[in-house]
Amino acid sequence: MKRIMSGNEAIARGAYEAGCTVAAAYPGTPSTEILENTALYKEIYSEWSPNEKVAVEVACGASIAGARSICAMKHVGLNVAADPMFTMAYEGVNGGLIIITADDPGMHSSQNEQDNRYYAPHAKVAMVEPSDSQECKDFVKYAFEISEKFDTVVLFRITTRIAHSKSIVELKERCEVGVKEYKKDIEKYIMIPAHSRVKHYEVEERLLRLQEYSNNCPLNRIEWGDKRIGIITSGISYQYAKEVFGENASYLKIGMSYPLPDKMIKKFAKAVDKVYIIEENDPYLETYVKSLGIECIGKEFIPICGELNPDIIRRALLPVKEKNIYRVDIKVPSRPPVLCPGCPHRGLFFAISRYKDIIATSDIGCYTLGMMPPLNVADAMICMGASISAGVGFKKAAEKAGRDSKVFGIIGDSTFFHSGITGLIDAVYNNAPIVTVILDNRITGMTGHQDNPGTGRTLMGEEAPIIDIEKIVKAVGIKDENIRVVDPYNLEETQRAVDDAYKAVEPFVIITKQPCTLIKEVQKRRFNMYCKVEDERCKKCKACLRIGCPAITFKNGKIAIERSMCNGCTLCMQVCKFDAIEKVGE
Amino acid sequence: MTKSILFVGVGGQGIILASKILTEGLVKFGYDVKMSEVHGMAQRGGSVTTQVRFGEKVYSPLIGVGEADVLVAFEKVEAARWISYLKEGGNLIVNDYEIYSMPVLIGQEQYPENVIEELKSKVENVKIFNAAEAAQNIGNIKTQNIVLLGALIKALGLENLDWEGIIKENLPEKMQDENIKALKFGMNI
Repeated sequence: MKRIMSGNEAIARGAYEAGCTVAAAYPGTPSTEILENTALYKEIYSEWSPNEKVAVEVACGASIAGARSICAMKHVGLNVAADPMFTMAYEGVNGGLIIITADDPGMHSSQNEQDNRYYAPHAKVAMVEPSDSQECKDFVKYAFEISEKFDTVVLFRITTRIAHSKSIVELKERCEVGVKEYKKDIEKYIMIPAHSRVKHYEVEERLLRLQEYSNNCPLNRIEWGDKRIGIITSGISYQYAKEVFGENASYLKIGMSYPLPDKMIKKFAKAVDKVYIIEENDPYLETYVKSLGIECIGKEFIPICGELNPDIIRRALLPVKEKNIYRVDIKVPSRPPVLCPGCPHRGLFFAISRYKDIIATSDIGCYTLGMMPPLNVADAMICMGASISAGVGFKKAAEKAGRDSKVFGIIGDSTFFHSGITGLIDAVYNNAPIVTVILDNRITGMTGHQDNPGTGRTLMGEEAPIIDIEKIVKAVGIKDENIRVVDPYNLEETQRAVDDAYKAVEPFVIITKQPCTLIKEVQKRRFNMYCKVEDERCKKCKACLRIGCPAITFKNGKIAIERSMCNGCTLCMQVCKFDAIEKVGE
Repeated sequence: MTKSILFVGVGGQGIILASKILTEGLVKFGYDVKMSEVHGMAQRGGSVTTQVRFGEKVYSPLIGVGEADVLVAFEKVEAARWISYLKEGGNLIVNDYEIYSMPVLIGQEQYPENVIEELKSKVENVKIFNAAEAAQNIGNIKTQNIVLLGALIKALGLENLDWEGIIKENLPEKMQDENIKALKFGMNI
């Protein structure tokens, strides 16, 4: 049976067909849908873990127990999870173990553009790279086989364009492999130095065997065409290269990209007149090919920064005929991302924005958008969890410099569970009088609504205990009098909390509680609620525009609220001094 | 012959669903298809694009500048933003509908007044109509995406295929009637 699937759906399908029984992840674009899809197969236990390190560790444990296991994360997630991966590379596996890294060339939704192919040689694990959805599915099966045959972790590297583009996939039945027997083996599974020293030799020896395999495996293949040009490529770049060169070149398509197939590369290079390396971002393949003493053309023409596409390759490597391009003579206004209409974070940001001297260290989530005009709240954003800990550092440095900076670290509920807790412990332990704001909207918002330890439901739809953020905050040592739990739709209450926090001289926490406006039940509940402007009372002072709600427009000399977008959060009503905005519905 | 379609608009307008229905249909009718979407940072109000390529054999899921056979703009200023992707002589379908972005709402930038005239003066094959209004008349403004899909199917000359069946397979029952109406309306523009 044929179906059109995204790369992520196909990876989940591959795991299902290959008899995988455990899958774990923390959501992160572009990897999120992998676990959302494994959860659809009842044969696979699937979980949202609090963070990527935990996800890898869950998969490691499952593998040791004998289960084929996968864990998935975005590229920066692997930084969080690198610790267990590097040691699991020594321990090896029992059931096959795949760690998926979804890189984001072009940074469609990421803070950097790291090329995680380098993690494979660094951790000394095998790596595979599919180039479309069919390969995503097939390569998962190969990866499990490689993992078990060579007793290694396999890094499964995809990119946004593989994860989120759809192509046709031929479905097969599941092959039940069961859960292997577990035998206690402390020399394999406990990496004390005495064991690890031995293991390191085994790892090096395994790499040699893997390289032999790489030279002979079906994942790496040569497609002969015109031999004047030989293209070495992998992942999505293979598809772009084919689009541009078609039959006018020969291809060495790399599907197993660590260890790289040295003999195959040499044989291929010898058979063609000129070698091109076509790859996105870093010169990973190119550096290796050059290390074999082979002359090749790559990064001097193909850019390192940004996402690749056929057009860039064409312009870089072929004589280009300039084509006529349509142009219009109007200035097109920009359309940056914004907090949704009715977003509960808006009230908090509006309250903070009244203070012009607050330093706000932000975190990874929708609420990063609080930095956009007109709210303009945020000074720094680094990585998940860093809002609180970077806030501590900022505060300490400011104190040293004798500056009286008031620092607000702003973080979401999912992110707090991910890696904010440790930052808060740091703030208490080292007595940093910063304000931590936990925006609890009861969901992992920006990745598209995944459950988390605060939502009361698991990925597989089962009820779960709700981890109480307020209790955690108290448990780590924030004093009762320094905690405020507020409804961010209530501007007065929120403002009061921000005012108190501003004056506080001890670590302080504000928790805002109001669910994400895009949660289906919330949308249903608020369907008939909206705000409207009473034209006679409106003085056109535009105070309501300052909250930055996309539903409020000033058009043809009139303020209006777009009903289809408004959810009646009433923030605009609360900032209007002339009672010109009314709420409809309850 | 590979055909390339670029959908552009604003988060919340139903672009991803429309391109999904198109893609499912093309697969069903025997084409090789690649579809690509990228989620930006905002769920509502930010720019959204999806790309669909189909034919006998498709390699790249991405469309380059000057390569789209049809550009479907769900919002008119987005048509202007992406116009350079339209192939010379390609079809431009525009929803004559405005959504102000945040810089426009807060007065930092201007929403241009003459978008439609400008597009008409520069592109030969243009179809411009208010899909949102048409959808509202059908009974649900949210079906504007399917009205536009109908117009696209006509531009591609694929209106003889069973798109009603595809809609039925991809949407819940209670939404099917109005979406089929929307599709037919779009195909007849």
